[in-house]
Amino acid sequence: MSDLSDLYQSVILDHNKRPRNRGRLPTATRVATGDNPTCGDNCTVYLRLDGDRIAEISFDGQGCAISQASASLMTTQLKGKTAAEAEAAFAGFRDIVTTGREPEEFSETAAFAGVHAFPARIKCATLGWHAALEALKQPDQPLSS
Amino acid sequence: MPPDFSAVRDQFPALHQTVHGKPLVYLDNAATTHKPRAVIDALVRYYERDNSNVHRGLHALSMRSTDSYEAARARAAAFINAADPAEIIFTRGTTEGINLVAQSWGPTHLKAGDVILATEMEHHSNLVPWQRLAARTGATLRLVPVAGADAEHGLDLAALDRLLTPQVKLFAFTHISNTLGTINPAADLCARARAVGALTVVDAAQSSGHEPLDVQVLGCDFLSFSGHKMAGPTGIGVLYGRRALLDALDPWQTGGGMVANVTYADATWKPSPERFEAGTPNIADAVALHAAMDFLDGLGRPALAAHDHALAATARAALAEIPGLRVLGPKAGSPRAGLVSFALQDAHAHDVVTFADQDGIALRGGHHCNQPLMRKLGLPSTVRASFYVYNTEADITALVTSLRRIQKFFAG
Ligand SMILES: Cc1ncc(COP(=O)(O)O)c(C=O)c1O
Repeated sequence: MSDLSDLYQSVILDHNKRPRNRGRLPTATRVATGDNPTCGDNCTVYLRLDGDRIAEISFDGQGCAISQASASLMTTQLKGKTAAEAEAAFAGFRDIVTTGREPEEFSETAAFAGVHAFPARIKCATLGWHAALEALKQPDQPLSS
Repeated sequence: MPPDFSAVRDQFPALHQTVHGKPLVYLDNAATTHKPRAVIDALVRYYERDNSNVHRGLHALSMRSTDSYEAARARAAAFINAADPAEIIFTRGTTEGINLVAQSWGPTHLKAGDVILATEMEHHSNLVPWQRLAARTGATLRLVPVAGADAEHGLDLAALDRLLTPQVKLFAFTHISNTLGTINPAADLCARARAVGALTVVDAAQSSGHEPLDVQVLGCDFLSFSGHKMAGPTGIGVLYGRRALLDALDPWQTGGGMVANVTYADATWKPSPERFEAGTPNIADAVALHAAMDFLDGLGRPALAAHDHALAATARAALAEIPGLRVLGPKAGSPRAGLVSFALQDAHAHDVVTFADQDGIALRGGHHCNQPLMRKLGLPSTVRASFYVYNTEADITALVTSLRRIQKFFAG
């Protein structure tokens, strides 16, 4: 079971049980949804930018513990960042989940290093991040109800 | 007492391995079953001894190949009690058989205003071809609703009778739901469709390897199944079609083997089944499917069905004891095919499958190629355990032990 406790670290279980920034963001001006067609999971990310920085961010959707925890953690990581900084943060996260190498500076994202041993689950861990980067590329418009 | 098939396990080489250091418990049989030694041997024997093209060569190997391929066709006819081997078309599997009907029969028999009827519990492969055919011909696709949990997620038969109008030209439905475990009353459904003059297409992917099948008793017009879900190889399946219908259909693919007379300008078609088998067919897998059918009839299909149903009933009862676990489909005591689909309150299907895999247990988690139904049931995904002849009560015990641990882990 050591492999599994690597995969389901307490950080992940905590974000899965008590997701941060979960739910539709009424003030959002950019939205994008990512789907995982093989399993039916989806994740919608809501953003509001202030200048070129993410002022507010939330996510919604259904998925496994890995995808939900990753999306939750992603919102905490991306708040306050520019699009370029968000891309760099995702590159770092993708490196962690594909290689298992932990980041040099302490980060909660290190909890996802165990994912690399479960290649089928990498796309679960990146689902919310992809949606966030997609949302950043959208033009600003008010959220339709 | 369900029949005792404990000795059968030894005939399946792939079952005797460990996964993550644990003995393999294979419970993903609705996706594909393992293959007995007899089927693997048939495949090897064909390639080592008879390998040759069919229907063309006059040499010894080609004649042996042709004889074996046509013997497999006759065997398939006997397997489902088709009146005539010419009613058996070899395909790649269930999906291809359904697409063949949609493409060969559809455009020449449907017009705007006609209705294609299917059901809300269809696998994508018995839904999407009809969506496309409707879009192409201007016909309308309607679906028989799946009833709520109180009605055990069965087909709404009152709605079916309302939907079966004279505009319905074709009714396509699954014999057994791969997501719910529901066994549909196929003969009754065919009779109701016939009463309004509609043709029937039965998706037998989940029944051909488990239940006795008799197309004359069912009264269906077309029936499609896959070899790989019934102890046979991948890449081969059967489409049954009533002879009179097949001979009036256009081919769906053209090329060698299916033509009678060809000029530079034009061609005429051979009758069924050749008309629908353009190009070199999958001879080796047809021959191995023959061995699989012999194997299943050697066990006895009524006994096989009884075995799988009993395991599913036992599993259903044991799973229902787990806190926060919800079972889909037929209730305890109602007929259920050899599979159980369920959702855990605190653990997503993906997480369950990953955990169980570490215990050596192979499950399926996801939407089971049934996205609209999952949406309707309000579940993004479920976990499915599906049984076959080699599964035992010990496998269910292993499953329950693993699930209890998973439930504790995520609830804790
Ligand atoms: C009910 C049902 N229909 C159709 C299919 C498709 O079978 P195949 O992929 O072998 O064509 C499946 C297989 O998952 C099934 O369960």
